Amino acid sequence: MSTTERAPEQTHLSTGEDIGAWATIRRGVHHSPELKDGIGWTLALAVLASVGQVIVPIAVQQTIDKGLRGADGPDPTFTLWLALAAGVAIVVTSWASYAMTARLFSTAEHGLATLRVKAFRHVHDLPLLTQNTERRGSLVSRVTSDVDQVSQFLVFGGLLFVVSVGQMLIATVVMVVYSWQLALVVWLCFAPLFLSLRFFQRKLAAAYGTVRRQVGALLSAVSEPVVGATVVKSYAIEARTQERIDVAVEAHKAASTRAQGFTAFSFSLGGISAGFANAAVLVVGIWLGQGFAWGEGITAGEVLAFAFLVTLFVGPVQMGTQILTDAQNAIAGWRRVIGILDTPADLVDAGPDGQSLPKGAIDVRFEKVAFSYPGGSEVLTDIELVVPAGQRVAVVGETGSGKSTIAKLLTRLMDPSRGAVLLDGIDLRRISESALRSSVVLVPQEGFLFDDTLAANVRYGRLDATTDDIVEAAETIGLGDWLAGLPDGVETRVGQRGESLSAGERQLVALLRAQLADPDLLVLDEATSAVDPELETRIGRALDRLMTGRTSVTIAHRLSTAEKADVVVVVDKGRVVQHGPHAELVGQPGTPYARLHASWVRSSGSGDPR
Amino acid sequence: MATAISGTGTTSAGFAVLWVAIKREPWIFALSTVGSLLFGALTVADAWVLGWSTDHVVLPAFRDGEIGSGLLWAVLGLFVGVAILRAVGIVARRLGAGIMQYRMQAHSRRAVTRQYLRLPLAWHQKHPTGELLSNANSDVEAAWGPIAPLPMAVGTVAMMVIAVVQMLLTDMVLAVIGLLVFPLVIGTNVVYQRLAQGWATRAQQLRAELSEIAHESFDGALVVKTLGREPEETERFRAKAADLREANIRVGRIRAAFDPTLAALPNIAVLFVLVIGVNRVVSGATGAGDVVTIAYLLTVVSFPIRSIGWLLGDFPRSVVGYRRVAAVLSATGAMAYGDRPAPAHTGGARLEVEHAAFAYTADRPLLRDVSLVVEPGKTVALVGATASGKSTLTTLFSRLVDVDAGAIRVDGTDLRDFEQGGLAQLLAVVPQTAFLFDDTVRGNVTLGLDVPDDEVWSALRTAQADGFVAALPDALDARLGERGTTLSGGQRQRLALARALVRRPRLMVLDDATSAVDPEVESRILAGLGGSRDGRGATSSTTGMTLVVVAYRKATIGLADEVLFLADGVIADRGTHDDLVARNPDYARLVNAYEAESAEAAR
Repeated sequence: MSTTERAPEQTHLSTGEDIGAWATIRRGVHHSPELKDGIGWTLALAVLASVGQVIVPIAVQQTIDKGLRGADGPDPTFTLWLALAAGVAIVVTSWASYAMTARLFSTAEHGLATLRVKAFRHVHDLPLLTQNTERRGSLVSRVTSDVDQVSQFLVFGGLLFVVSVGQMLIATVVMVVYSWQLALVVWLCFAPLFLSLRFFQRKLAAAYGTVRRQVGALLSAVSEPVVGATVVKSYAIEARTQERIDVAVEAHKAASTRAQGFTAFSFSLGGISAGFANAAVLVVGIWLGQGFAWGEGITAGEVLAFAFLVTLFVGPVQMGTQILTDAQNAIAGWRRVIGILDTPADLVDAGPDGQSLPKGAIDVRFEKVAFSYPGGSEVLTDIELVVPAGQRVAVVGETGSGKSTIAKLLTRLMDPSRGAVLLDGIDLRRISESALRSSVVLVPQEGFLFDDTLAANVRYGRLDATTDDIVEAAETIGLGDWLAGLPDGVETRVGQRGESLSAGERQLVALLRAQLADPDLLVLDEATSAVDPELETRIGRALDRLMTGRTSVTIAHRLSTAEKADVVVVVDKGRVVQHGPHAELVGQPGTPYARLHASWVRSSGSGDPR
Repeated sequence: MATAISGTGTTSAGFAVLWVAIKREPWIFALSTVGSLLFGALTVADAWVLGWSTDHVVLPAFRDGEIGSGLLWAVLGLFVGVAILRAVGIVARRLGAGIMQYRMQAHSRRAVTRQYLRLPLAWHQKHPTGELLSNANSDVEAAWGPIAPLPMAVGTVAMMVIAVVQMLLTDMVLAVIGLLVFPLVIGTNVVYQRLAQGWATRAQQLRAELSEIAHESFDGALVVKTLGREPEETERFRAKAADLREANIRVGRIRAAFDPTLAALPNIAVLFVLVIGVNRVVSGATGAGDVVTIAYLLTVVSFPIRSIGWLLGDFPRSVVGYRRVAAVLSATGAMAYGDRPAPAHTGGARLEVEHAAFAYTADRPLLRDVSLVVEPGKTVALVGATASGKSTLTTLFSRLVDVDAGAIRVDGTDLRDFEQGGLAQLLAVVPQTAFLFDDTVRGNVTLGLDVPDDEVWSALRTAQADGFVAALPDALDARLGERGTTLSGGQRQRLALARALVRRPRLMVLDDATSAVDPEVESRILAGLGGSRDGRGATSSTTGMTLVVVAYRKATIGLADEVLFLADGVIADRGTHDDLVARNPDYARLVNAYEAESAEAAR
């Protein structure tokens, strides 16, 4: 069945790697509109906070000029007032700095929480195929640690970058006022840095993209011994498992170190450029002063003043490059989260135009349905099937015949490649998601349970079910004794993935869920394969009652189910090869059904098993 | 690695964490610190170069109207030389800090995952997957976070010491006033650490819980999808994400107040120095130049204080992360192993269970008193109702858990006396729910065992898995998705069976391991296993093997030399299938349910 090759572009999550840095930020902000809230005020506070840096130099300057070397000798009164004013200014600007950072934390965390939740929801809206091909660890890292990376950048980087660029421009203006020639020289010295920035950004983006991917791979590797603890222990493959983890740990370390190397190198370029700029200003200044070039002469004082101006320019440039390089890590994380949102939820919900299904048993029709996995060959071909409302159908066939695919198409976990599945005459694709999920319930072979109480798990079927409802439902399908025998009844905790219960008991919980959900179409995919025969027949009788008044499609390999169905559908190599009541089909020797039945009788049927 | 960090205060605990890292990576730490010192020294040199150029080049050039080109080159060379050396310092500092940080992360991750592999199943069952993932990822990251600003802080401490000494030499009184800033800095830090610690702990805990919800929810995606529970799951995640958001904002607010306060303290001290200094100048106690010098030196000190602030600011999260990691590393209760190797015999092994009892919780005993013997080469069927304890018994066989009382022996050796890995060489348990790794088919079957492909194929053939494996695009090299989600339940079970067979175990336990396989295929599998016992259709992987099967189907039961009927935690009856059907009504009802059903239907 699902053994065919798949085209990766169809079933994998978008990595987001094709999104540019600015586009990432733009779209990130688009997905988290909170980030824009009150940005004006925050910016104003940032400007106020940056004023704080010049208070003390000005105070010292004023004290020297007027407090110490005043016309009438040292002036303590002036100094006192000056210090008080400066003190107030420090308090105000410090407060501005606090308020700015606190606001940034608040908006960033609000925006990112929204993004996390959106991405989480979108993972659930992805097609089953995509969910299955993605590693869990990687999906988890996208809604957890990738988002955390963005937070650091938004708080400590984003705004500071804007401020740095502003300071850089102001410094340029002042330099031009002093000497446009020397300003040009400074810019020329920094030109290689600015030009190479793009190159480094690309390198860094790739390097940090690898880092974020390695985090996902690392989580996947770590989850193996955690989730598969029993296999690892019973086969004593600790060494091999550890080796696989060590490889992931090393790969992550190597990728991080590589990225850090780029960061350090690109950051150091700023310092080298500054060295060139300082030297060039002096040399060209002297040159200009000697009248070798355009413009009027320049004085020694002006050249030296310019040397200090250069430091005003270099500071923000270095800060800006550092932020840009650090940003690549955050942007790599941001990309991966946006990548989730970019992956189409290809089973498009019909939305508000979606039709609802009338209450009551549903009639099912498959019209020339074919299905193939992306890039694979057809798993189902030209399936024609009519199930009148209220009928019980058993679908049988060998492993790999495609019978489980029928269940998945019927519950719209996948859409057919050709043809249509109709419920009550309406194409499944035109039925609203909520209507579909409340009318059609699938009980899968391996019923996943959440680490909670049994009651909480059963309520996935009906949210408002009371304890009495659950007990009653259990009685109805003959599970009353079992439920009563559990240590804490419905309040029994089931453990992670339900592992405190046996595989058979997990299936019972899944059936109980379905019973409470009260569907009009019940699809059972080998739902009782792990319970003992006595219990299965007991449940079978209960399911008879459950199926009354509903349509049911049972995917079965125990043919005891088929014997009781109104109609048996035999699937072989992706086609329906036989169709009819059990009694009729079993009497046709040489047919696939007769063969299946014979083997069933041999394995579990009458008489001496030997 | 599991060094317990002492110190009740976060600051001392934070330094203790860093000390662990420095001891572990002294050379890299030295390299990055030297880089940082180089950077500091060359920052000072920059000012010196400017001064030298002014005195020897710029001023003479303007005074004399001409200057030798040699001197111009010297200016260029000096500036560029200093800049390049400083760049080297930056690279050494940043790269060194990075390497140290990533190495420590890798050390911790290796240690934590080794512990995951060492700790017994009981421990795993108590710790959610998401939490363990978080321990290995975000907690490790948090623990070693302060390594990044460390070299910078250490480097600037040197700068600070020089500045302080200069201050003391310049004017003792003003210096003392200036140095009052240090107790204030320490006080601010103490307050910050106190305030931030609680919220940082909570944030880190919430990170783990959020990761747990995401992991579980994505694991159960099929259930969520088919029951249309996306809104409720999203709500569950949203609530936790909101808690995390609030905790992060609280930590952020405290941090937002800490940084500017630290920055403001030296500035305020400068103002005090100015006011008092001017008064001292008036009274003649101090020279004007000294006031300026002290004020300048204080501003020099303010930068190191801030960079130390960045270091201290990371401490609360680091200490929390380290403690969470240390909790895993110090967890005890690993399964004890003996020193007995697997015996070198071939052929079936003898299994003996003597008065075994087991319970996960004291109020719900699963196995009360189980005794049984399976002779070498024999096949025994273990039959019992759903949840009667059959699977529990098989987990005892593979020593995933140990008996509470009694003993289990293979070839006379108590399971607890085997050396680690010894038992796995002679016994294989195939569980009902097959767990596959994100690896190739070959990798999943061999699990790293060095066996040629034809033996892999032979095992696959016995497990009736050769057909669908051959049809995969890359056959043995086909990659299965995580947990083999690309395969059907029956296919996964057959791969798990092949995994056991390829090891040629002397004792194999099948825990309803073919429940998802259809009867026709199952009967072929059983023929492959069973045929070998009497020489018919024997496959090399199964010759002489002792076999314990948990089963319901009569075909499976039919293979058995003896049937053990498990009920209420004891072996309620034993004998051949016919005997049991004849004398034990409970047994008969259980295994004959289908026929009874068919008979009823026929009436």
